[in-house]
Amino acid sequence: MTDFAVELRQVNKTFVSGRGAAAESVAAIRDMNLGIPPGTFFTLLGPSGCGKTTTLRLIAGFEFPTTGEVLIQGRPMSKVPPNRRPVNTVFQNYALFPHLDVAHNVAFGLEIKRVPRPERDRMVQEALEMVRLPHAGNRKPSQLSGGQQQRIALARALVNRPAVLLLDEPLGALDLKLRKAMQLELKQIQKQVGITFIYVTHDQEEALTMSDEIAVMNNGVIQQMGGPVTLYTKPANRFVADFIGESNFVQGTVVAVSDGQATVAMGAERATVEHGDVDLTPGQTITFIIRPEKLLLFAPDQAPAGAISGTVREVVYIGTDTRYLLALASGESIVARVQNGCQSEMAFHSPGDEVRIFWQPEDARALAG
Amino acid sequence: MKPSRLPSLGFVYYLGIALLLYLPILLLVIFSFNNSTVLVFPLKGFTLKWYGQLSQNGELLQAVRNSLLIGLGSSAVATLLGAMGALAVVRYKLPGQGLFTAVSALPLVIPYVILGVSLLLLYREIGIPLSAPAAGLGHVIISTPYALLIIASRLVGFPDNLEEAAMDLGTSYWGALLRITLPICSPALLAAFMLCFTISFDEYSISSFLVGTDNTLPVYLYSQLRFPARLPIVVALAAILMVLTILVMVISEWLRRVGQTPARKVEPL
Repeated sequence: MTDFAVELRQVNKTFVSGRGAAAESVAAIRDMNLGIPPGTFFTLLGPSGCGKTTTLRLIAGFEFPTTGEVLIQGRPMSKVPPNRRPVNTVFQNYALFPHLDVAHNVAFGLEIKRVPRPERDRMVQEALEMVRLPHAGNRKPSQLSGGQQQRIALARALVNRPAVLLLDEPLGALDLKLRKAMQLELKQIQKQVGITFIYVTHDQEEALTMSDEIAVMNNGVIQQMGGPVTLYTKPANRFVADFIGESNFVQGTVVAVSDGQATVAMGAERATVEHGDVDLTPGQTITFIIRPEKLLLFAPDQAPAGAISGTVREVVYIGTDTRYLLALASGESIVARVQNGCQSEMAFHSPGDEVRIFWQPEDARALAG
Repeated sequence: MKPSRLPSLGFVYYLGIALLLYLPILLLVIFSFNNSTVLVFPLKGFTLKWYGQLSQNGELLQAVRNSLLIGLGSSAVATLLGAMGALAVVRYKLPGQGLFTAVSALPLVIPYVILGVSLLLLYREIGIPLSAPAAGLGHVIISTPYALLIIASRLVGFPDNLEEAAMDLGTSYWGALLRITLPICSPALLAAFMLCFTISFDEYSISSFLVGTDNTLPVYLYSQLRFPARLPIVVALAAILMVLTILVMVISEWLRRVGQTPARKVEPL
C-alpha cells in the first residue's frame, strides 16, 4: 500500500524517431521514481524537451511507459485508458470544444458520468463561480479571451472532482500580468479544493511561486526534488543551481575539511564554504556556488576577515538593486547583487575600484561532481 | 493626372472571362424555352413543351433515376472513406504517411477515360458485371480524394487534442469521435457529400465504359445527340441540371465556410 496520490516506479519511456535504418529510440524518461503525496501542489520544472510533458501524459494515460509502472491512488494504471483514470487535464491550448457553449463544455464530464440534470447544472454553476466567470455559460469559447478560456478549461476539469488535476503549462499563452494574477489564483483554488495538482512549467519563478514541492528535470531525469526553499538554497547540482535563480560558479582547491565546512584556496586567498553531504578531500579541485544577492562588497580598508579581493568591472543600476560584475584575482568573473537600501550610497563602487568580497560560509555551497 | 474614366484593364478582363463562362449557359436556358427544333436565332416564340416532353420520356427518367442512385451511393461511400482518410492524415503520425497522401490524391490526376478502361479490364478479369453499381464504384474512386481534402482542411482548423480532451473527461475514443469530431466536421462532411454527388452526377467517361445497360443521364444524353429532333429536350434537361448543379455547389461552398472563421469580437463579461 502507498500513501501517494500518484507514484511512478522505475518508469522508462522511449520514443522511436526516424524510419527504416535511420530509426533510433530516444529516451524521454529514464528510470523515474516519483511519489506525490495527496493534496500537494507539485510542479515538474525543466527546459523544453526535458520530459516533463511526457511524464504528465503518462499519468493522464495518453502515453504508456515502455517499462515501469504508474500508480494512481495506489492502483496500477498499466491497463487503464485515460477515460477510466481519476485524473483530469488542463491542456496548454485549453482544447475547449468549439461547437459547445461554455456551460456544455464544463458539463461534458458530468454528462458522460450521467450526473442528473439539476445536480449537473448546480455543479457547473459552482465551477463557473469558482473561476469567477458565473455569467459565461451561454458563450461560445471563441467569444472569450485567452485568460477566460483558460479559466473555463480549469472549471471543465475541476468540476469532475478528480483525485489529481494535471496542468500542462496552462498559463503559457497569457501575458505577464495576467499570468502573475492567475498563479496566485490557481494556488488559492488548489488550497480551497484540496485536490492534488501536478503542474508542468519551464518557468522557474512560476514554480517557486506556486509549488509545495518541485521536481527539476533535465534529459528525462529528475535532477532534484524538494520545496522551493530547499531547491534555491541547497541545489543538488550545477544544473539545478543554474536553472533556478542566478548563480555564480567559482572554482577552488580544498585545503582543509572540518565539520560541514571546508576551507578552499583560490590562488593566495582562502575562503570558507559549506559542503553539505558532498565528500571532499584536501587537494581536490571543486566548484562552489554563491547566489549574487549573498555577496557583500566592502572597501579594502573596511573588509571583515575572510573576504577575498576583486575588481569592479561593470556597474548596472536596476532600480531596487545594483548589479556589479566583478573580476576575482583568479580571473574568474562573478556577479554581486546589492540592494539599494538607505545606506547603499555609502557602499557604492565604481568600475575599476578594488573591493573586498565577503559571504557567510553557509551561503557558499560545494557542488557534487 | 486625373483618374481615368475608362474601365480598368482588370475589369475588362474579368468581364471577358465571365461572358466566356456564362454566356453559353445563358443561351442554353434561353433555347430551352424556344419554340423550334433548331438552335438558331432569331427565337421563334416561348414554349414549355420541351419540358413537358421531358417528363414523359421513360427512358430518360430511368437514366435520371440511375444517376441519382449512383450519385447518392458513391458519395456516401466516398465521404465515409474520405473522413477516415482525413482523420488518419491529420491526427496521426504514421509511417508511410507521405506515400499514403500521394496515393490518395492520385485519382485527381488520372484521366477518367484511362480509369474507365482500366476498371473495365479489371471488372472483366474478376467477373463483376457491368451495371450501375459497377459504375458507382468507379465514382467512389474519383470522388474520395475530394472528400478527403475537404474534410482534412476542416480538421486541421481545430486543435489536434480535442479527442484527447474528451477522453480525459471520460469518453472512449469512439465516444470522442461521435461527440466531438463528428459535430465539428459535419459541415465539411455535408459539403464533401454534395461535391462528390455533383462529380458523380455529371461524370461521363467512366460511366460510359461501366454502366452496361443501366444508362446514367450523361450517357443517355450523349446517345441522344444522334437524333436532331430530340435536341431541344436534351437542352431543356441540360438547363435543369445546370441550375441544380450550381445550387448544390453554392450550398456546399457555404457549408464549408460555416464556422471556419470564428474571429468574433471578444466582449467583456
